[in-house]
Order: sequence, then C-alpha cells, then structure tokens
Amino acid sequence: MGVGGFFTSKLDEAIGWARKYSIFQYPFVTACCGMEYMATACSHYDVDRFGAGLPRFSPRQADVLFVVGTISHKMAPVLKRIYDQMCEPKWVVAFGVCTCTGGFYNNYATVQGIDTIIPVDVYIPGCPPRPESVIDGLMKLQDKIAAGAQRF
Amino acid sequence: MDGGAIVARLKTRLGARVTETHAHRGDHTAVVTREAIVEALTYLRDEPDLRFDLLSDLTAVDYLRYPGREDGPRFDVVYHLYSIPHRHRVRLRVPVEQDDPVVPTITTLWPIANWLEREVWDMFGIRFHGHPDLRRLLLYEEFQGHPLRKDYPIERRQPLIGPNV
Repeated sequence: MGVGGFFTSKLDEAIGWARKYSIFQYPFVTACCGMEYMATACSHYDVDRFGAGLPRFSPRQADVLFVVGTISHKMAPVLKRIYDQMCEPKWVVAFGVCTCTGGFYNNYATVQGIDTIIPVDVYIPGCPPRPESVIDGLMKLQDKIAAGAQRF
Repeated sequence: MDGGAIVARLKTRLGARVTETHAHRGDHTAVVTREAIVEALTYLRDEPDLRFDLLSDLTAVDYLRYPGREDGPRFDVVYHLYSIPHRHRVRLRVPVEQDDPVVPTITTLWPIANWLEREVWDMFGIRFHGHPDLRRLLLYEEFQGHPLRKDYPIERRQPLIGPNV
C-alpha cells in the first residue's frame, strides 16, 4: 500500500465513522409498524444514542429510507419516487415483515417485499419488530455504513 | 323501536316489493326489489318515528356458486341503517343480477353513499345509476377487474411497477 492508499483508507474510516453516527432517516410510514417505530424512536429506547434521532421529512435531506409498513401496488410508484429523490449516499431499511416479504398479505393489493422495487440494505422482520430488533437492525446498518467504501 | 316492528312498517308501506324478511339474533333484515330501494330508504330516513339518519354501511356480497343460491341473483347490495335519535337499526338487501349489475344511487339521500358506492363499484363491479362520480375508490385506474368478485383469480397480480409475483 502506497502513501496515497494509506491516506485514502484512513479517510474512508473517518468518514464512515462520521456517517454511521449521523443517520438522517426518512420514515416512510404506511401502517401499524409505525407505532413500533415511534416507540423505538422515543426516549425510552432512544435511537438518538446511535445518532439516528433526527428524522427528516424531505427525502432530499435524508440518508436512510425507513420503509415502515405494508406497501400496496398503488403505493409502489410513490415509494420508488421517494427513493429516487434521495441523494447519494443512501441506504434502505425494510422495517417489519410486510416490507421484507409481503408478510401474511399475499393478495391482489400487496407488494411481495419492497426489494422487488428498490434495493434494501437491512431487513428487520417481525410483526411488528420489537424495539430491540429495530436497534439491532440499526446497529447492523451502522456497521455496514462504516465498513463500506465511502464515496464523496 | 323493535327491529321487527320497523320491518313490518316497511312491509305495510311497500307491500309485495318487500320480497322477504328475516331476523338473526335480534338483527332484522328486509329484502327489497331494486325498483323500490330508493323509496324504502327515503321512507326510513324521513318518517319521524323511524328517522334513520345514519347510513352506517353500504356494501355488497357475491353469491357466485353459493350453496342454495346457484340459480338466484348473483349479488346482494346491503344497506345498514342506524337512527341516532331513536337508537335502532335495520338492514336492507337488494338482489342484483349478474347480467345487469346496476342499482340506483342514494347519494341524494346520504352524501356518504358517494364513497361507499365507489368502493362497491371498485371491489364488485356493481354500477350505481345516477352517481355523480363513479370512479374506483381504493384501487388504481389501471387495475383490470374487480377483486372481491368470487371469480377474480386469487393468484392474479397487477403491479404498476416491479415484477409480477
């Protein structure tokens, strides 16, 4: 490794460390999982400990798209558009089993997993997932953010 | 007023156009012909001691291949009424044939019927004659067919984007 490589990898680490503790999320809440999301986000479980305490309600200001709740076929183009509006770098969390696979909804109305529409980084199953699962998913996302090559 | 008495009043008013009445665990139902439904609902709403001022639900049932009703009309449109001043309820049903799935609108009686009738059109494909804006309520315009019909294929998917799984 040359001197340039050394500096690049150290810079990557520094930026990764900064990014993993400044997760600005966009909560795309459509269903009952939203209640559990709120419980996790509030002071008792406190996602602010992980630097994810400030949800942004504009996709252009957000880094992580939290898809929370069942996505119907009618909603799918809206979700895709929100994802496209987010600036790089961006990550997606599928919150709850409906977003992971469609859950127990296999019918004319429901998308069978949001990964059929947009790429997903972390899947948090559960109906709804307990706050501990969500925090576990969030920490896995932090590891993924820190470990990946940083583009800037 | 007791549900049985309400149905009896309706029968006195409409005569043979109330084709059938029944009660189940205290809930009384009158089956009314399609031609008489607007008159029946207007009567129930406006008569002072009935005063059914709340249309609590308007829905439909598909009886395709239903045991005991193979030869009868395919659909029933169902009206649930409640009276806030008198605190009594009644249910009306209108049989509708598959070849002519049209019922007169009641948006002139209760404005809420506008969305309820749109939902019935969306899910069952029953049209409401005279409705001011009969578009789909829940599904998207591109959707083909009516998913709560019993002959809608259970595996059929119509995604707007993404794979057809």
